[in-house]
Formats: sequence, C-alpha cells, structure tokens
Amino acid sequence: MVAQQHIVRAYDEELKFLSARIGAMGGHAERMVERAVQALVTSDTALAQRIIVDDKMLDDAQREIDEKAIIIIARRQPLAHDLREIIGSIRISSDLERIGDLGKNIAKRVVAVSEARQPLRVFRGMEALSGLALAQLKEVLDIFASRSVDRIASLRDRDDQIDQMYTSLFRELLTYMMEDPRNIAPCTHLLFCAKNIERIGDHATNIAETVYYTATGRQLPAERPKDDLSHDVIAPMAGSQ
Amino acid sequence: MAAEGLERRQDRPSHLSMLAILIVALLAIAVLCALQPVLLWPGLGFALALIVVALVTSGRAAERIALPDSGPWSRQDVQTPPSFSQLDLARAVADPLIVFDRNGVVVHANPAALSAFDPVTPGTMLQLRFRAPELQSLVEHALNGTDDREPVDYAERFPVERMYRVSVARLDTTRGLFALIFRDHSEARRIDRMRADFIANASHELRTPLASISGFIETLRGPARNDAAARDRFLGIMQDQTGRMARLIDDLLSLSRVEMKPMLKPGETADLRPILEAVIATIGPRAKEAGVTIETDLEEGEAKVLGDRDELFQVFENLLENACKYGRSGKQVDIGLHRITDGGQTGIAASVRDHGQGIPAEHIPRITERFYRIDAEASRNQKGTGLGLAIVKHIVTRHNARLLIRSKIGEGTEFTVFFPDQPAMS
Repeated sequence: MVAQQHIVRAYDEELKFLSARIGAMGGHAERMVERAVQALVTSDTALAQRIIVDDKMLDDAQREIDEKAIIIIARRQPLAHDLREIIGSIRISSDLERIGDLGKNIAKRVVAVSEARQPLRVFRGMEALSGLALAQLKEVLDIFASRSVDRIASLRDRDDQIDQMYTSLFRELLTYMMEDPRNIAPCTHLLFCAKNIERIGDHATNIAETVYYTATGRQLPAERPKDDLSHDVIAPMAGSQ
Repeated sequence: MAAEGLERRQDRPSHLSMLAILIVALLAIAVLCALQPVLLWPGLGFALALIVVALVTSGRAAERIALPDSGPWSRQDVQTPPSFSQLDLARAVADPLIVFDRNGVVVHANPAALSAFDPVTPGTMLQLRFRAPELQSLVEHALNGTDDREPVDYAERFPVERMYRVSVARLDTTRGLFALIFRDHSEARRIDRMRADFIANASHELRTPLASISGFIETLRGPARNDAAARDRFLGIMQDQTGRMARLIDDLLSLSRVEMKPMLKPGETADLRPILEAVIATIGPRAKEAGVTIETDLEEGEAKVLGDRDELFQVFENLLENACKYGRSGKQVDIGLHRITDGGQTGIAASVRDHGQGIPAEHIPRITERFYRIDAEASRNQKGTGLGLAIVKHIVTRHNARLLIRSKIGEGTEFTVFFPDQPAMS
C-alpha cells in the first residue's frame, strides 16, 4: 500500500494518519452496530445508553479527518493517487459517521421496543439481517486495508441479499401489527431498526465504490449486469418476475 | 518484498556517510601529523583504531536488513543467517503471528495468520485490518513504547466466529519490530455458547411434543381409561411425538457438532462425485417409497474440492431429503454436478432441484435460520425439525462455498452449492 514514498517524510506520515484514523473509525462503527443490535435483541437498555454516548468518538474522528485532509490539500497540493486517497478518506469517514448515527438510532429505540416483548422470531431475523450488513461492512473495510479491489464485485451482490432479508422482515412485522394493534408501536420501531441496518449495508456499498475509485481512478460501473446471479441467494429463476 | 527493499534503501546512505566521515578524519590526522611530527605514532594508532571501528559498524549496518518476507530463498542475502531461524520460528508457531514495524505496517505474517486473516500480506497497515477498539489501543501502546499491556480479546465474526486473545511483544528495540500473537480460544467460548443455545433451543422446541404427550397420558389415565380404540390412537400419536423429539435432539446435536469446529483442516480434499453417488444410494429407497425418481446429471471427471467428506455428505443428504419431502408433488428430483462460472469465479457447482410447489420469495432469505418454517404444520407432517438447512448453511460457509437458492412458485426449487476454485495456497 505504501509502495511509493514521498520525498517529504511528514507527508507520508500525514497520509498514513488519515488511513489509521479511518481504520479506528471503522472498528468503532462496526462495534457500535453490533452492540446496538445486541442491545435490541437482549433488551439491554444500559448497553444501549453506552452506545449512544460512544457515538461522539465517530463524530470527533470525522471532524478530525476532515480538518487534516483540508490541511494536507492546502499544504501539499496533492495530485493523482494522493489526491484520490485524501478525498476518499473524507468520503469514507462521512459514510462511517453515518453508520455510527444509524447504530445510535437503533440503540435509542431499544427502550421503546423492550417495553412489549416481541416474538423471538423477529429478533432472529433482525440478527440475521445485521449479520449480513456487518459482514458487508467488515469485508469493505478489509478491502480498504488491503486494496484488493478485485473482491469488490462479489461484495455488491450481498447488498441484494440484505434487501431481500429486509423485505422479508418488513412483511413479518406487518403481520404482527395486523394481528394486534398494541404491537404497532414496538413493531414500527423494529421496522425502523431494520431499515437502519439495511442502510448500513448501503453505506458499506458506498465505501466500496470509494475504495475502488481511490485505488483505480475509475468509477465502479453503476449497474451490475442483470444475469450476474448473486451469492447465497435468491435469484429468481429464468423467466420469472 | 516492500519492507525488505525499504530497509535496504535506508542502509546505503549510512554506508556512504560513514565512508565520508572516515576519509575526513584520516585527512585531518594526516594534516596534524605533518604539522606536529611528534604526533606521528599516536596519530597512526588512532587512525588504525578508527578504521577498525568503521569496518565493524558498517558490517553491522549490512546486517540490518529486517525480517524478509516469505519470498523465495534465492532473494535472501547470504550474510543474514539469523533471519532464517527467525522466519522458521514464526512458521513453526501454530497460532497466528504477525510481525510489524514501528509504523504499524505488517512485515511478516506466518502461515497460520495468512489463512486466518485473509488480507494480511506484508505492507498492510495493521490498524486498518484489525479495527476493534481494544486492538487499536493495544497496537498504539506498543508503538508508543508503553510496555506490559494486558492481552485483549478479539473476535472475528465473519465468515465464521472465532475468538482470540491477543498480546503484543517487542522483538527488537533498535529495529522497532513487534509481534502480535493471537491465541485462538474460540473452542472454549463456543462450548459455553453452545450450552446456552442448546438449552434455549431444546427447551423451546421440545416443549410442544412434551406437552402433547403429557396431555394424552392424562386422558388415558382419566376419561379414556377403558376406551381401547382411543388408547390405540393416542399411543400412536405419542409414538410420533417421541420420534419427533428424538429427531430434534439428533439434529440439535449435529448442528452443535458442526458449530463446534468452525475451522477446516487445511489441505483436506474430497471428491464430490462419489459423495453424491453415496447420498443417492442412501436416500434412494426412501425416495422410491415417496414416489420420487432421482435423475442425475454428473459431469465426467474429478470434482475435487477442499473439504470434509462426512460433512459434505451431510449437506447433500439433507438437501436431497428435503427435495424428496417438500418437492414430492413434482415426482422428480434432479441432481447435477458441473463446472460453472458464478460472479466472475469459476468453480464446481453441485445442485439438487425438485419440481415441487416452490418457495415464496419472501421466505427464501430466511429458510436457513434455525427453526424457521414456512409452514409449521407441513414441516411437522414431514418429520422436519427446522434444523436441516441451518446445518447445510453452516457446513457450506465453513467450506468457503456458497449456497444458492433459486425458486419459482409452481415449478420447484433448486439448491446449488458452489465451490469456487481455491487459489493455490502457499
């Protein structure tokens, strides 16, 4: 990754600082989402409170990265790969900050959901959904660490899987609401939680696109070809739909 | 390679500067001796000592090449025999071990680390790959020179859950090399989790048949005491229920067993073709009983994949059994084995397809969850436990393979297990 060196060593160190900061943010965001879903599933309101406080680190880190990046641009006037790297850091940090916000939002809903006990099945679904989103996020950040952009293609497919899972949960929650109007409030909260997780997956995909751009200087093709059957899922058989 | 090159580049300037200083010093001594002949002998002695010191230090500088990575031996410098033993030592450690420099960049990762954490090739930044906050602070403390940090726990959740206890050790102060050592203690943690899971699942799922059995016993002892016809019927139902409980326990145990050992033994291969044939031979009689014919379309040639024969047998046994149960109305089940390309990867795909009623799209993402049933009643009638696909999914994930499910209402369902070709392991 740090293949070429610059004449000014401080410049290298500044770039490295940005990367390391993103790594730290990524770890924090992963942890927050994981804990938030855990708090939701186990109705652990104390854990939820801690997560809400934790979000500050991501906000601070994003601000720090922004400032550092602007200073580097102003001072070093970077070109080509360096410039992409810096702009990429800004973008990725803002995606990670959003992921943290979504995790925080899930944590905030823990109290409302835990007031009425929901069927275990919903939580299993929620865990599975967050598992997919977290796997996606981890993979993206691993790719960022190693810049192995050739793995990005398989990663975008997982987004479909998350969408399908979300749709399935959505239907299930609707049936609970129809069964008993008292379920409407907690189930709506759960619906928002599911939506948040789904959007975490979207942010992960955004990061993947940024990483690809940083490494290659080209944009990922916007639409993947239709007949590219996704992994582990659910492609409709030929002729359906 | 990057680290090696980097270190060498730093060595050259130090050689040159050393030479320059030496020449200047010798010149100075020569001038001094010319001015003050009395100083000739002490001057010569001092010059000799200077040359000896310079030779020794430059020799040490040549040795300063850091741990070379696991590249071919021919690239190694001949004058660095110690690095052989260091590398061999790292290689001999069964736990993942990563050597990093004072910038937090990976210099060497032993084979265990390479296989456990996919992209940790030399040159990767440690703080990017291991992002857990505890690990970040551990590495940071090591880099800042604060020693004696307690080991921290680190969990890697995907693709399979593994827990490590990580400690950091300083290898060499002058070079600023550190080692990150991972001790895998997933096993112990998993046994704890398994016990909790097992109790939760078993108590939940066993309660229904137990309740029904105890209800029937009550009836048999009370109102139906002298009713021979009812007694017979009730005993039949009770037998079904105990059978169900036994199956459930079997499946729970086998799922737990699979979850217990998430890592595959490296290098073990299995040929899919005889496995599929054995599965067909096992299920065949039952399929015939159910009025289902099994059609095979197995591509010629070897279909070797990395994996465990018994586990793969269980995968296809469960899939074929499901196809015969739930795709019964289609009268036919197709089994295929082909080389295909999926998502840009080539590999071997083994598929089981039924011609039954199909699975509604909203259920497909979730049918591999434990105890997820599309139609609880139908599943129970078919002696399903709700764990078969969970077991399949788990084994498939462990094999780095992918489970593809395609279904169309009214036309049937196809389960494909896709084994991507493994890049040659180093």
